[in-house]
Amino acid sequence: MSIKTNFPLLNKQKNLVYLDSASTSQKPQSVIDAESTFYKTANANVHRGIYKLSAAATELYERARQTVAEFINATPEEIIFTRNATEAINLVMYSYGMHHVKAGDNVVISILEHHSNFVPWQQLCKIKGAELRVINLDKNCNLDLNHTKSLIDKKTKIVAITHVSNAIGTVIDVKHAADLAHNAGAVIVIDASQSVPHMPVDFKTINADFMAFSGHKMFGPTGIGVLVGKKQLLKTMPPFLYGGDMIHSVSISNTTWNDLPWKFEAGTPNIAGAVGLAAAIDYLKSIGMKNIQKHEQQLTDYTLNHLQKINDLDIIGNPKQRGGIISFTLKNIHPHDLASVLDSENICVRAGHHCCQPLMKTLKITATARISFHIYNTKSDIDALYAAIKKAQQVFA
Amino acid sequence: MKTSKSIGTFEGVSADQMYREHILDHYKNPRNHGTIKNALHMHDVNSLCGDEIDMYISIKNNKISDIKFSGKGCAISQASASVLAENIKRKDIEEVTKLTREDIQDLLGIDITAMRVKCMMLSLKVVKLIIYKHLGKEMDGE
Repeated sequence: MSIKTNFPLLNKQKNLVYLDSASTSQKPQSVIDAESTFYKTANANVHRGIYKLSAAATELYERARQTVAEFINATPEEIIFTRNATEAINLVMYSYGMHHVKAGDNVVISILEHHSNFVPWQQLCKIKGAELRVINLDKNCNLDLNHTKSLIDKKTKIVAITHVSNAIGTVIDVKHAADLAHNAGAVIVIDASQSVPHMPVDFKTINADFMAFSGHKMFGPTGIGVLVGKKQLLKTMPPFLYGGDMIHSVSISNTTWNDLPWKFEAGTPNIAGAVGLAAAIDYLKSIGMKNIQKHEQQLTDYTLNHLQKINDLDIIGNPKQRGGIISFTLKNIHPHDLASVLDSENICVRAGHHCCQPLMKTLKITATARISFHIYNTKSDIDALYAAIKKAQQVFA
Repeated sequence: MKTSKSIGTFEGVSADQMYREHILDHYKNPRNHGTIKNALHMHDVNSLCGDEIDMYISIKNNKISDIKFSGKGCAISQASASVLAENIKRKDIEEVTKLTREDIQDLLGIDITAMRVKCMMLSLKVVKLIIYKHLGKEMDGE
């Protein structure tokens, strides 16, 4: 039975070729059911009611946290539910960055970063009078290792790096980056938005201090994301948002904070979203992260082989290791025009700067067309893509 | 047979409808391409896709006496600039400020998907910005 049958949208729209999972993934029936079942059978606020229904909701919410923790090898108190990876990174910027980065310090990021792991650090440096240092790429679009080493020094307080580039697919050796950061006395923030959904990721092995990812790219609902943080760091950090649930006790003149992780979860959380995310993780585990990675690797190799046969097509980068993401340009066809032609053939690809304007500028391009995979994609999707690119070339010939 | 139409399923615009010969001709051989010295000039980008348009306009007796454009981007953005420039040359500026999305779509003679409207409208936006600035008025919306 094809994996596509697990995904109602793909199962219904049989001629749809969805090649934009780096943007957001489609949702399996089990995730849709988990969210809906929660509302139908267990809906109540968490951590509040004495009554049984509230206890059931709390149990489901905290079990979801346990599921996330086990999935990436952290402890439940190290798992903070956020809206998405963007909010998770902003949490680190406000609660850690604002209190540890001073004038004259520096923050090191890479040119591959998505705006969500770029703009917060750029703005932090502006506010603090610190220096933003940006790691360049080598000619194959790997991170330039010598440049990385030369940028991280005793004044580096934070290194913030993506695990897998959303724009061009480069996989970064984040364990190595973490070692470099730690040797300099800095903390490392990993944007794992494009890795956690597609490959085994172990928070402890990487030795990351903070790691952020979004639920919706890993078959979960939108509006739920995760910040993973080392307990000893999270303990010392002040809250990000103030309000209900994040407090221990409140008097007119003072407030004490709740324990981890609730200190960082102000207000009623996205309970159904967390339950949906746990169902998504169960689904990912039922297939196996190694199997997903292998499937995407085979599909990527198959696609690269096909694309290389097309005249006037440039694949961006030739990194040592690539995730299931391929960006390319065509001579004489703007990526948006290509995406429109592909759309008319029911093929969904992303075209644009992929929220990576600094990267596009460095590569001296304005936009690319990007295809990205997940477990439901097949070789016949790629065959359809190949034919449609040929068709676009005829339209614009 | 029962058919259900789900949200966002599809506007039914084919590539052939969007990329008519007319559009591709203007894209490949843009009219009024270039710059005008000492003319009114403005530049704008479509941040979604990085389309760029520079418009140069000379206004005499409240008419567009000359117009040229330069830029880079997708076929829709560049062809619509070419078609627009060709069409509004010697037109009354008041009349030009009244042009709408429907007018541009008629000029281009194509069907377009919602996601591409910004590409199509970029050049008219820049033209209007220039005229409003010339008239000392604030532009209200796009």
